[in-house]
Parts: sequence; structure tokens; C-alpha cells
Amino acid sequence: MITKNEIKQSFFLSIWTIILTFPLMVVKVNTIKNIVIFRWWNILYVAVGAFFASLAWNYFLRRKNEGKKTKDSIPVVHRLLQNHKFRLPFLATIGVIALIYPFVTPMYHTSIMISALVYVVLGLGLNIVVGLAGLLDLGYVFFYAIGAYAYALLNLHYGVSFWVVLPLSALLGALFGTLLGYPVLRLRGDYLAIVTLGFGEIIRIVLENWVDFSNGPRGIGNIPGPSSFGIELNQHQSVIYIYFIIITICLVTIFFVQRLENSRIGRAWIALRDDEIACQAMGIDKTKTKLTAFALGATWAGLAGVIFAAKTSYINPMSFTIWESITILCVVVIGGMGSAIGVIAGALVLILLPEYLRAVAEYRMLVFGALQVIVMVFKPEGLIEAVRKTYKYEKNKE
Amino acid sequence: MEPILNVKNLTMKFGGLTALDSIDISIKQGEIAALIGPNGAGKTTFFNCITSIYEPTEGNIQITPPGQPTESLNGLKPNIVTEKGLARTFQNIRLFHGMTVLENVMIGRHCRLNSGILGAMLQPKSQQREEQKAVDDSYKILEKIGLDQYVNEMAINLPYGAQRRLEIARALATDPFLLLLDEPAAGMNPQETKELDDLIIWLRDNENVSILLIEHDMKLVMSLSDNIHVVDYGKKIAEGTADEIKNNPLVIKAYLGDDAEDA
Repeated sequence: MITKNEIKQSFFLSIWTIILTFPLMVVKVNTIKNIVIFRWWNILYVAVGAFFASLAWNYFLRRKNEGKKTKDSIPVVHRLLQNHKFRLPFLATIGVIALIYPFVTPMYHTSIMISALVYVVLGLGLNIVVGLAGLLDLGYVFFYAIGAYAYALLNLHYGVSFWVVLPLSALLGALFGTLLGYPVLRLRGDYLAIVTLGFGEIIRIVLENWVDFSNGPRGIGNIPGPSSFGIELNQHQSVIYIYFIIITICLVTIFFVQRLENSRIGRAWIALRDDEIACQAMGIDKTKTKLTAFALGATWAGLAGVIFAAKTSYINPMSFTIWESITILCVVVIGGMGSAIGVIAGALVLILLPEYLRAVAEYRMLVFGALQVIVMVFKPEGLIEAVRKTYKYEKNKE
Repeated sequence: MEPILNVKNLTMKFGGLTALDSIDISIKQGEIAALIGPNGAGKTTFFNCITSIYEPTEGNIQITPPGQPTESLNGLKPNIVTEKGLARTFQNIRLFHGMTVLENVMIGRHCRLNSGILGAMLQPKSQQREEQKAVDDSYKILEKIGLDQYVNEMAINLPYGAQRRLEIARALATDPFLLLLDEPAAGMNPQETKELDDLIIWLRDNENVSILLIEHDMKLVMSLSDNIHVVDYGKKIAEGTADEIKNNPLVIKAYLGDDAEDA
């Protein structure tokens, strides 16, 4: 039920919204005729809209807070995956959809799906650093750029093929992850975020200004797609080819990240996130744990960078701005920190949604932003929250 | 016999404040020792110094694990101190909230396991065996401490007393020879305190660990401890058995003030 107080609150809020939006919604200046038009009817729309939106907001917020005490449920996806009867059909359905997707949809859709899948890999990588180890890294784009430029430059100068650079970029990512991890070992929280933010900017500025090395802001073009072992592919086919490569890399990423998460190393990351002092007092080497988190997170960014370069065939420093790091961070936070399935869902929603919202182009970013706020308020643990592995133990086993 | 922990002249200064002033404490094998003192006396600082969370300004900390040579703990990292066999619990519970009860204990096993990144990703047989053994060992510890009904619960959802016991279980999982318990009975009701009393004695007798505890519950301290160390304002003022401490005028003064002789 809606309380009297809420109605009162919503009423005042709608008045406040009228005042706030008055210059935008009501006043309109016609500069050609030099007159001001007042669209008084809009006041009514704004008032009614704000009133009901506020009522709904309060109602759902209250319901959420009341539900909290009794709720101890596991997200639906996890329940499906844990149930042996549904596990296989569920995964098979997803597999079949993924398999036929590029053949039944136009090339454009396949292409944006590739972008989304690149973000799945990036998100899963950053999830190790932010979600599991709790190190707020705002410079993740650094390693993404390393991967992309490694492929572009090695190919430009030495003609090294995609398949050689792919594992190489993973190693490069890990190497730079460790190098960058060292100076920030003592930092955490906000301080770490600021320093990594700086690193993320450094890579962009270096790439923009070191023209001899990186071709500067003009970027590097004509980057070949993944070599297909002598088979000629037309444009559509090569998109499908990249699609399947990225699907494979996604699967490999998911496979390894899941294993890491439930291993000795993964537990150490979570311990570090939850309580740094207790973690050390329990015999975990803080330095080593932080460095492995940085290195392994960066590995996947390196891989994703290569795919990105191969897919777009042109890269320049503007592809690796701070905005990119923020988007990847959003994928992790909105998807669900520390939850691999959540991150996958987050990447798909966050990257695909803006594409499909082109229909309402003008309000695209507004809807997108509103959605993020709604998720953070109503599901702060993310779309699909993390669930820890449960262990079975047979009592009388000796 | 060599004391298993031998602290000499331990001094800790925070700027102008001397939190610990040349403290000497030694703990014998198989002993339950208590460290008591009024609030702010420096008890927790003492724990933080010997577990290397703080770096002491001065002083020597030496351990002699049963059957092993004497070593110095000065300047080691906290995780190495734990590896050497000193495990602690915290005054304000510091469990890992994002993990299940079993995983919390498995974190304690961490320093006794070897699997690395590649082991975790490729999971060879040896790694699987190690992991399964860690699960089994951790489960056994939970059984001993009496927490086995909570195995797969999230640590944060446990009742308060159980959380305190889980901290002990987690510390025990690191295979220590000396357990440092920082106010294990804080906030417990009399029933829980009684159980804790039994648990500590049981640990000493069956797990081959010696225990040093900080505690304000005098009933618990007096009934448990073989040896009691009293600190006040960073200085050690007395040491002895329960009866000696009860009648020590310095201790009475520290706790009750100057006019307490006739109280």
C-alpha cells in the first residue's frame, strides 16, 4: 500500500520537478521570429509524470527493503546451473543460440555482438582485479591498448600473424600487469583508483605523442583480420569467422576464470578484498596475491585488445580513453562484482542496449543512465550476484 | 626447556606515545598464558608487534617451535610469521564476509598448500588431490570446533558466538604451535563463555598448541591460565599464577586505583 506520507512527498517532488524543468520543458525561444513560446500544457505532463514516477520509486524501494529480511535466495541462473536436470538443456540452448546467431541475423548484429563479446572478455578480466581482489583499477584500458597496439605494430613492421600475436599479447598483458602492479602495491581504495587512472591516461598520451612509434593520433590502419589459413573469405564470412574466434576465447576465458575463482589463488583474492589485515595474518602473501590479480586481469585485456584490432582493422589512441575503462568497470559493477555470469550478462546488456536504443537516439544515453541508476539502487549487488561454491563432505570417509 | 616464545625488551612507540615499554614475556610449551591489563594498556599492540602487523621500535622476538631451532621473528612479513606457526584471532571479528564458513577455514590452510596459477587453471591430479585434502582438513577442524552444521553458510550470517569460534578455527587451520587469542570471550553470554573455556583447554590438550590470550573476563582468565602477565600503560607490572596476581598490590592498583586497598 501507498502511505499518505509518500503521496505528500511525491506531490512536493512533482512541484520541484516543474520548477527545475520549467526552462527546458515550458519556455521555448523561437530565434527566427524572436518570440518566446510558453508551452503551459507541458507543466501538466511533467507534474503527472514526476508524481507517479516518484510514487513507483518509493513503492519499489520500500518493497525491496521489506523483502530483504526474509530473502536468502540464489539468483535464478545459478539455480538453473546447479540443478542437474536443467543444467544441460540450459547450456545447450545458449550454445545453439550462439552457434546459429551469426547465420540468422544481419551482419550488423553479428558485428555488435562481437563488440559485446570483447567486453565479456574484458569484463571477466577486470572482474579478477575489481570483483575478486577488490582493487579498484580505473586504468584497465592500459592493457587493452597494449594488446591492440602489439598486434597492429608487430603486424605492420614484421608481418606477424594474428595467431602468433594472440598468445604473445596475453603474455605482454601479464608482464605489464605485473610491472604496473609493483608501484601501486601499497595503495588501496581511492588512492589506487587515482593512480591507475593516471596510468590509463599515460598510455593514451604516449600513443598520441610518440608519433614515430605509434603513428600518433592518425592511428594504424589496414590491420588484417585473423588469417584463415589460405581460405578466401568475403566480408560477411570474415565477420562470422571473427565471431567464432571471440566466442571460443570467451569460452576459454570463462573456463579459466571459473577455475581460478574457486582455487587457492581465488580464495586468497577474496580474502584480500574482504580484509587485508586478517588475510595477511592468515598467512597469505599480500604482495604476491595483488600482483597475480593484476597480472591475470591484464592477460585477458591483452587478448581482447588483439581481437579488437583485428575486428576494426583500424586503431588510434582515441579508442583507449578513460571512458573505455569506465565502461568496463560498469560492466563489472552492474553485472555483479565477483560473479562471472553476472559480468557476462552485464557486458551483453551494457554494450548491446545502447546499440538497440538507437531507435530512440535522442534519449539513448538518458535511458542508459537511468537504467544504471535503477540497477544500483534496487540491485546493488549487480544483475546476477556472486554465489560461492559449496563443498560436499562425506562424514565417515577415512 | 627453551620457551617457545621469548620476547625481550619489546618497545613500540607511535610518535611521542610509548605504547609498549620494554616488555619481556616468555611462553612455555603447552601453557595457557593470559595477558591482562586495563583498557589501553597495550595488549593488542603487543599482539600486533609479535605478529609483525606493526614493526616494533625496539626489542627481540624469538620463537622456538617444538623440536625446531630458535629463530628470530624481527622484520618478517605477517604472513611469514603465520607460516612459522603463530596464528591469531582479532578483538573485533575479522572474518572474510564474502566467503562460506568452510572457505574461511580453507584460507587458513592457504600457507600449507602449494598450488599456483597454472595449477589452478589446468588442475592436474596433484592439485585436485591437494584441494580435496584442504576441504577435508578444513571440515575436520570445523567438526572439532563444533561448527560443522554451518559449513556452506556465508560467514557473515553466523551467530556472534559462532563467528568467534570460526576465527579460532581459521587460526587453527594454519597449523600453529602458538595461538594468540585477542579477547575471545568479548560479547559472549555466560553459556558461550563456558563453552569457550572448554574449547581452549581442549585445544591445548589435543591439538598440541600453546595459547596466549588477552581477556577481560577475569573469571575465565583465572580459571584457565597457568601463567598471567599484567601490563599497564605499556609496562609489564606483574607475572604469576592466578592466586599471585589476585593478591598483587600493583595489579589491584592498576585496576581499581590508589584507594582500593580496603575494597
